[in-house]
Amino acid sequence: MSLKQKVADAALAREFGLSDDEYDRVLAIMSRTPSLTELGIFSVMWSEHCSYKSSRKWLRTLPTTAPWVIHGPGENAGVVDIGQGLAAVFKMESHNHPSFIEPYQGAATGVGGILRDVFTMGARPVANLNALRFGSPENSRTRQIVDGVVRGIGGYGNCVGVPTVGGEVNFHSAYDGNPLVNAMTVGVARQDRIFLSAAAGIGNPVVYVGSKTGRDGIHGATMSSAEFDEHALAKRPTVQVGDPFVEKLLIEACLELMATDAIVAIQDMGAAGLTSSSVEMAGKGNVGIELDLDAVPQRESGMTAYEMMLSESQERMLMVLKPECTDLARTIFEKWELDFAVIGHLTDTGRIVVTHKGEIEADIPLAPLADQAPIYDRSIAPLVPPEPVGPVHDPVGLEQSLIKLIGCPDLASRAWVWNQYDSTVGGQTVRRPGRADAAIVRVEDTSIGLALTTDCTPRYCHANPKAGGAQAVAEAWRNITATGATPLAVTDNLNFGNPEKPEVMAQFVAAIEGMGEACRALDFPVVSGNVSLYNQTRNPDESARAILPTPAIGGLGVLADVEKHVGMAMPESGTLLLIGETKGHLGQSLWLREVLGRETGDAPMVDLAAERRNGDFVREQIASGAVLACHDVSDGGILVGVAEMIMAGGHGCELEPPQSGMRPEAFWFGEDQGRYLLAVPGDGQELLSMARARGIALRVLGRIGGDGLTLPSGATISTPRLVAVNDAFFPAWMGVDAFEAARP
Amino acid sequence: MKAGIVVFPGTNRERDMAIALRVVSGRAPKMLWHRETSLPDLDLIVLPGGFSYGDYLRCGAMAAHSPIMREIRKFVSEGGYVLGVCNGFQILTETKILPGALLKNTELRFLSQDCFLRVDNAETPFTAGWQKNDVFRAPLAHGDGNYVADEKTLEQLEGEGRIAFRYVSSAGIACSEDRKSNPNGSVNAIAGIVSADGRVCGMMPHPEDLVDPLMGGEDGRPLFEGLMEAFIR
Repeated sequence: MSLKQKVADAALAREFGLSDDEYDRVLAIMSRTPSLTELGIFSVMWSEHCSYKSSRKWLRTLPTTAPWVIHGPGENAGVVDIGQGLAAVFKMESHNHPSFIEPYQGAATGVGGILRDVFTMGARPVANLNALRFGSPENSRTRQIVDGVVRGIGGYGNCVGVPTVGGEVNFHSAYDGNPLVNAMTVGVARQDRIFLSAAAGIGNPVVYVGSKTGRDGIHGATMSSAEFDEHALAKRPTVQVGDPFVEKLLIEACLELMATDAIVAIQDMGAAGLTSSSVEMAGKGNVGIELDLDAVPQRESGMTAYEMMLSESQERMLMVLKPECTDLARTIFEKWELDFAVIGHLTDTGRIVVTHKGEIEADIPLAPLADQAPIYDRSIAPLVPPEPVGPVHDPVGLEQSLIKLIGCPDLASRAWVWNQYDSTVGGQTVRRPGRADAAIVRVEDTSIGLALTTDCTPRYCHANPKAGGAQAVAEAWRNITATGATPLAVTDNLNFGNPEKPEVMAQFVAAIEGMGEACRALDFPVVSGNVSLYNQTRNPDESARAILPTPAIGGLGVLADVEKHVGMAMPESGTLLLIGETKGHLGQSLWLREVLGRETGDAPMVDLAAERRNGDFVREQIASGAVLACHDVSDGGILVGVAEMIMAGGHGCELEPPQSGMRPEAFWFGEDQGRYLLAVPGDGQELLSMARARGIALRVLGRIGGDGLTLPSGATISTPRLVAVNDAFFPAWMGVDAFEAARP
Repeated sequence: MKAGIVVFPGTNRERDMAIALRVVSGRAPKMLWHRETSLPDLDLIVLPGGFSYGDYLRCGAMAAHSPIMREIRKFVSEGGYVLGVCNGFQILTETKILPGALLKNTELRFLSQDCFLRVDNAETPFTAGWQKNDVFRAPLAHGDGNYVADEKTLEQLEGEGRIAFRYVSSAGIACSEDRKSNPNGSVNAIAGIVSADGRVCGMMPHPEDLVDPLMGGEDGRPLFEGLMEAFIR
């Protein structure tokens, strides 16, 4: 029986992802059996992806306000004040499930979707970032996924002409069957020209612009709200295909129209396409909406109302226009060779009414569709405490440990990845990937710089979700601070397993608790975000394998004067200082994993008061011009951080014995939080006394200069050797000859 | 210097080029929509980088048939100066205004990295800001920058001094087999060429993205300064 002939019932509802209880609610709202199209609308609007039914209760606990926040969660993207009457508009969103099924298109359309969320609000996109987690490099499919995802991100971002300036790449076997592709876009708009999605004006035309509608991606939102099984790859038809060329035209056409006063409301057609955009726009504006599907530009013939309402064809937008401006808008979109169609109008009925070929295919009251959407208070199991660290002894010594670490997949140079992304288009990229702790992009025609980063340490989140959640926020704050910028706000992308499993729900809740604490302590509110649940795969024996809990944080900071930033490259001379307390925490450290082969111990705790104190001090020092370079201490600890500064700058450093009273591996590779490496001119004594007066832990690590990294033992590792080890992994693993990008 | 920048659907480095021209010359260029059928009075037309028509056919192949290209041919035949960068270079070869073609990079990947260029002929208005054999840095960002031409054309280009820029190592050595210095695999490490009369230049890298110390250097400035000199009248 074809879908068209099917009749809605509980069994079909289950197939569409609705529980029996949820289907009963549908029946109560409709007071009749819903049509197929109506059932489709309910099922996508009530999917986890669109309704946040498992997460909403906990998301509400996150801080979302600050004097500089213009729009927090609830709009297409978050909006913050960056000065001079301008606003940064930004958000991060996942495209995990599609990227496993079809890596290139999954990643490409992830970039396209998040771009639309940002330019929908009237902002020109100025930077893309992406946070990627892949399975173990030894897994045979990982290479293929990495290849496809990287090509897809580049293929889309390069073509639309938005520079990809930063991000992160991690590997872990927990992502073998479920990679994470989290894409972030940052745009800039005038504060007085921010566009929102609430529809208004009874009778106003509803206008469809962009690509034509096809049968691609039908029920994509439902797919990403369910676990994967061995048949996942058979779901390829639910993956959408991106067209970055049309997206580019859409950006230009929308921004051109936005310079006029024609638009009342606008929303992109993302997950659940025409359904979610029309339902959300009308719902937010407390109006009704009537759509005539015959007017929808269609790529294929014979599409049903159900297919059109659920299609996730890309590069489409829905707008409510002032009626007198319709011709003006049509002229602009025709100039850009894009489809433009009036497909309906706003009503005062409070209902969505969809007609097709003269028949009413759907007629649903909007208020209960939104208000009676299920919200679950999922049960939570007690968290499993992490395994003890176990006995620690260094079998190889500092030099071998360092070589092992900087060559391992999680720390190796990502140049192979970055060099497939256009990072300079736009001409405003001040710091490209790998040149500073956060990417820095100047706002065109101003002195303003934006500092952008994505951060999360999933192994910490797995060992201790609360500490890991706090750490992810703190590290983003720290990376922004290390450039001299003032951290303003974050977007979060919460990637977790199946929320119906109490142990997964417990991770989710604890991570949010940790994030919330850090956001509050650091005045770093959450202004937008996305939740991706059901990130786990089913083994052939039906046992579930969850990903590591991964609350990826996208952070944004601002520099009023972009000239006053610092990078991480080791300067020619001076003194290397360490800010923050070193306790030698080796639990969950990369050293423990790479050298001893263990993933044990608790995550390092973030002392939020010290974090704030240290960071504020660092920022002040950078602003005063006292700092030549700065790099935070994170994965791999101090010694890896020093090596990274040397590799970025070409200049060396001689380290002194720390006289810390702790074992060398604990001092040099421990991953205590809240720490920064600072390169300062002279002997650094002035800074030392200032820090002492402020109660800030600060010590001299060594003298900057010479070639290579000289260990406290006196042994020197040359810079070319560090670089060669660091550069080796990706090209060798992906099977190409090592290449040399000119290091400025 | 009166400059115009052509915008095709999918062009995306027109803003970079406009900034560079403005920063160096102090004068904002005119933006020219690809459907224009007449040109204003201009000294220089720039075909900027990007993905005209998505590069879905061959790079530059669709743009080569845009209405404005008829005007540009006329402009060229009347001795006008044209600079094509990246997608602009591809369009110039697709229209046969410049010889040769740009194939996929040999590694079959998009490449975005800095490269070093050597000025092989400093006698053109596009290179007059440098001395012969000067080496400078420029970002490149393309998937199809592998320059090829038949033997006869290459002989002509080399013999007539029409290789404006070559990919080289930081020490200034060109080696077409070396993927480190010649990342896209171009024949004879050719990065940019000029027409027989020296008035049309096509190049793959992006000097326009390196005209401000804040962005990492001013290596690209001499291109625009040289053009300025040529047009001061």
